[in-house]
Amino acid sequence: MYPLLFLVLQRLFLGALTLFVVSLVIFASIELLPGDVAEQILGQSATPETLAAFRTELGLDLPPHTRYLNWLNNLLAGDLGTSLISQTPITDLLSERLYNTFFLAGFAALISVPLALFLGILTALHRGSSLDKAVNVVSLAAISVPEFFVAYILVFIFSVELAWFPSIANLSSDASLLERLHRTFLPALTLTLIVTAHMMRMTRASIINLLALPYIEMARLKGATPTRTIVRHALPNAVAPIVTVVAINMAYLIVGVVIVEVVFVYPGLGQLLVDSVSKRDFTVVQAACLIFSATYILFNMISDLISVMSNPRLRHRK
Amino acid sequence: MTSALQKLHNIPATALFGMFVIACYIFVALFAPVIAPYGESEIVAYEFEPWSRDFWLGTDSLGRDMATRMIYGARNTIGIAFVTTLLTFLLGCVAAFLSATLQGWVDQIISRAVDVIISIPTLIFALLLLTIFGTSVYSLIIVIAIIYSTFVFRIARAVAVGIVVMDYVEAAQIRGEGLWWIMSREILPNAAPPLVAEFGLRFCFVFLTISGLSFLGLGIQPPAADWGSMVRENASLITFGDLTPLIPASAIGLLTIAVNFIVDWMLHKASGLKE
Amino acid sequence: MKDKLFKKGLNRRHFLAGSAIAAGLTQLPAPLLASPKKGGTFRVSVNQGGTSDTLNPAEANGSQQIMVGWALRNNLTEIGPDNKLRAELATDWQSDDAATWIFQLRQGVTFHNGKTLGAEDVIASLNLHRGEDSTSGAKSLLAAVTEISAEGNSAVRITLSAPNADFPFILSDYHFQIMPVGADGTVDTSGVGTGGYTLKEWNPGIKTVLSRNPDYWKENAAYFDEVEVLLISDSAAATTALVTGEIDAIQSAEYRTLSQLERSNHVSIESISGGFHPTFAMQTGMAPYNNRDVRLALKYGIDREAMVKRVLRGHGIVANDHPVAPTMPYFDPDLEQRTYDPDKARYHLSKAGLESLDVSLSVSDSLFAGAVDAVTLYREQALSGGIGIEVVREPNDGYWSDVWLKKPFFTSSWGARPVPDMIFSTAYAAKADWNETQFNNEQFEQLMVAARSELDESKRARMYADMQLILRDEGGAVIPFFRNFVYARRKNIERSPEVASNWSLDGYKAIERWWQA
Repeated sequence: MYPLLFLVLQRLFLGALTLFVVSLVIFASIELLPGDVAEQILGQSATPETLAAFRTELGLDLPPHTRYLNWLNNLLAGDLGTSLISQTPITDLLSERLYNTFFLAGFAALISVPLALFLGILTALHRGSSLDKAVNVVSLAAISVPEFFVAYILVFIFSVELAWFPSIANLSSDASLLERLHRTFLPALTLTLIVTAHMMRMTRASIINLLALPYIEMARLKGATPTRTIVRHALPNAVAPIVTVVAINMAYLIVGVVIVEVVFVYPGLGQLLVDSVSKRDFTVVQAACLIFSATYILFNMISDLISVMSNPRLRHRK
Repeated sequence: MTSALQKLHNIPATALFGMFVIACYIFVALFAPVIAPYGESEIVAYEFEPWSRDFWLGTDSLGRDMATRMIYGARNTIGIAFVTTLLTFLLGCVAAFLSATLQGWVDQIISRAVDVIISIPTLIFALLLLTIFGTSVYSLIIVIAIIYSTFVFRIARAVAVGIVVMDYVEAAQIRGEGLWWIMSREILPNAAPPLVAEFGLRFCFVFLTISGLSFLGLGIQPPAADWGSMVRENASLITFGDLTPLIPASAIGLLTIAVNFIVDWMLHKASGLKE
Repeated sequence: MKDKLFKKGLNRRHFLAGSAIAAGLTQLPAPLLASPKKGGTFRVSVNQGGTSDTLNPAEANGSQQIMVGWALRNNLTEIGPDNKLRAELATDWQSDDAATWIFQLRQGVTFHNGKTLGAEDVIASLNLHRGEDSTSGAKSLLAAVTEISAEGNSAVRITLSAPNADFPFILSDYHFQIMPVGADGTVDTSGVGTGGYTLKEWNPGIKTVLSRNPDYWKENAAYFDEVEVLLISDSAAATTALVTGEIDAIQSAEYRTLSQLERSNHVSIESISGGFHPTFAMQTGMAPYNNRDVRLALKYGIDREAMVKRVLRGHGIVANDHPVAPTMPYFDPDLEQRTYDPDKARYHLSKAGLESLDVSLSVSDSLFAGAVDAVTLYREQALSGGIGIEVVREPNDGYWSDVWLKKPFFTSSWGARPVPDMIFSTAYAAKADWNETQFNNEQFEQLMVAARSELDESKRARMYADMQLILRDEGGAVIPFFRNFVYARRKNIERSPEVASNWSLDGYKAIERWWQA
């Protein structure tokens, strides 16, 4: 298994490199955006003198590369810095929201991944049946509706009409697990409806794609049941594309939920990020983006490793 | 003629339905000015008129005819989504196949560049780019295409890497076939099924992204009508049980289902399964 | 969000000089309908602000900061529910020449930390907005102040470089909250104040919890035991939460859902007329807008009645291309209202030597609810006047830094000001930083300066009427309407019969003015 270890180390190194480039891209983008943090804070009330005073106070009058290097130095020393606007340490600002984001993503993943795999295999098995068609139409309908609209519909049904779940998921940090699950159920359900279809369809497509291959035919000719054919013979070979799409969707659950957070007033990282971009609060944007990027890179690496391990040809390639 | 009919007969009902729906949509999109009872942004009555003979679907918040907006919306929405998706796949597949075939440094550079883009949250990256480059239709198309092509790249590469190690590709390489030949003749056909499935979904995601962007105040320029924005504009009514936003939403939904019915059929044909 | 800066709207002017406007709260008439009772929790949602918001009033510019700030602290003067200026931490004020002002401070008021209010606190709190290093958003409002000094421990003298009869109004601005000064001379901006509530949990962008200050100096105020201020930026989410009873009041109700909201048995909708208005600002220094006839053509090409009806659903009144609302002092009711007249628009175009006119008008969703709709409607209306308006929807993000004051023709929005001078000197004076129309009119400048020190009421009114006329006919701003504040509350929350119209939610003071039924 040494080659695998080597692969992991290599990917970790590349991951760090990616993060570095991401931080450069983000820095450059924020520099290119019209206006800076001083103008955003002062907004309409900005005058040349107040702007200048603000910039000096925040060190914005330094040249860009100096500011970037200062930031990088602090980061390497383990210091994410403080928010340019509120001056609170970024770790304080992010920690609770980060937990909330992971909680919601985990909740949604626990429902959606098993559901998607199950439905994907089931429909591949019974392709062409009315069950297949029904699942297909429902899942397609679910993803063809914008996520905020899915959210509004769920709110209408479950909060306004039935009054089973609250329409806003604002949590206090001392909420019990049960209360958390209750309050975050609607956002989790919204996310489930959004990601399940994609994963399910990919599972189904990947399996069907393999069904015509000779070795599957062979298994079938040997008299294996359709379920056994799929689960034992087709599924292991469909792992790579399935894992890839699952990883993409897992990452999406963490980084892509801005709109769901806004609609349910859920205190996650996404909303903070949009907020900070519009305020040009560079240190917060950087920290949040790096967390998101690291998450994505990690999922990506895991999915690649699983793909490699599942394919003997890749595993033993020189 | 008979053989054509014969072929048509062999197509499953779902795919025929999909084709019919898409044909209708394309017809409506092409002939929008002829079909639509009023002008695209013309104010014809008071706001929120109920459905009537004059206004088939009532009027919107400014007193524009909903049916007319829907018809013109077909034109804008489908046009933009189609161009964007094509561009997305062109970019994504070429990069993915290059990566998979050439491997080594090329693969590393492209893959890492994609990692960078894909690991920045989509909506945030779109927000950054559109704020920097402006919100014309062209920059909208290009920005969405670039961001989405990274997702296509991931899937296409995953599939293509599996294909490149197949014997027939190695054989072709040994035969001395060129890069383009290998990519288009060996990899593409064998990687097509999952990509086609992805195409069906991506196509629909484009509308959704546009309507998501309208959440942040970006998106298509008024007074042009597009379904995504029409859903967004009226979305809040649904929480009161008003069904208006369901009209553009189901237009998108129907199109998604139609496109994917055809995709399923092609998938089925490509898989070589006979049942 | 930034457009909300400086929105003030005292409605009627309660004039200055020498008089003690001793409207202490103790003398207020008791509310007529129901007698307020103490207790309960008030959950109110606001839609402006973010996680990075601070409690420093110098940086305040959204409803989250303003509402929380006013729950924690008081100003020297405030706008009452009757929209008149009244005493808050100052008991009265006087000036002989409108240039030197003396404010008497209320005695026996203590801060949450136990310190007694004194002149040093007022001086330090106001100085936060002055001086070279100040980063306050209200710096320009105090630009004319040359000196602030103590008159004993119970009064403060403020000297201005030029007379300004409206100065006490300025001090009611939300930036000028009074905070305690520490032993080292720095102002405590952490949330300690003299207000009706103390800070229990400050979690900006999510939820702020306040508890009642048992020692509050105001009588008949601060009824709720506890208050939660939630930031809900999606208006549909806020509306639903109000309907399902998860919150008690929302800052802004979406027009398109009003009719449904009215049907709910638990919700009351408020629609309060004020001076909040958008402008379609033309840069008069630039072609073609430097041509008066082009400006007039654009002003005749807009149907204001239809705008109010469609974009605002009737929750507003038509404007007349000047920023003085009928609810403001010195509004001239005799000035003829300009109406939609496509023929006159064409006539002015031809006078300008033009067959037709094509312009681009920038706008963004975040300016106010219905901003893009308003511009889209303008486009349709102007067509019959031979004017083609291309609607350019700009990103919300960066609108104030990239579009406002930069594009030749753009949409902007202004909050209510208590007196005409405050909006004139901010947005129409030739040298003002925010002179968004590059307006430069000699007669207007002279009138503006003269009116500030004119103590004869009728002469002053005549001057302001002249200025309204000049802006209507010469100015570069097309002003379609004055927008009402439209907000809503659950019926279990009561308010007094009068509500302030300077801001939403009873002048952003619902926290201390409303009570649970």
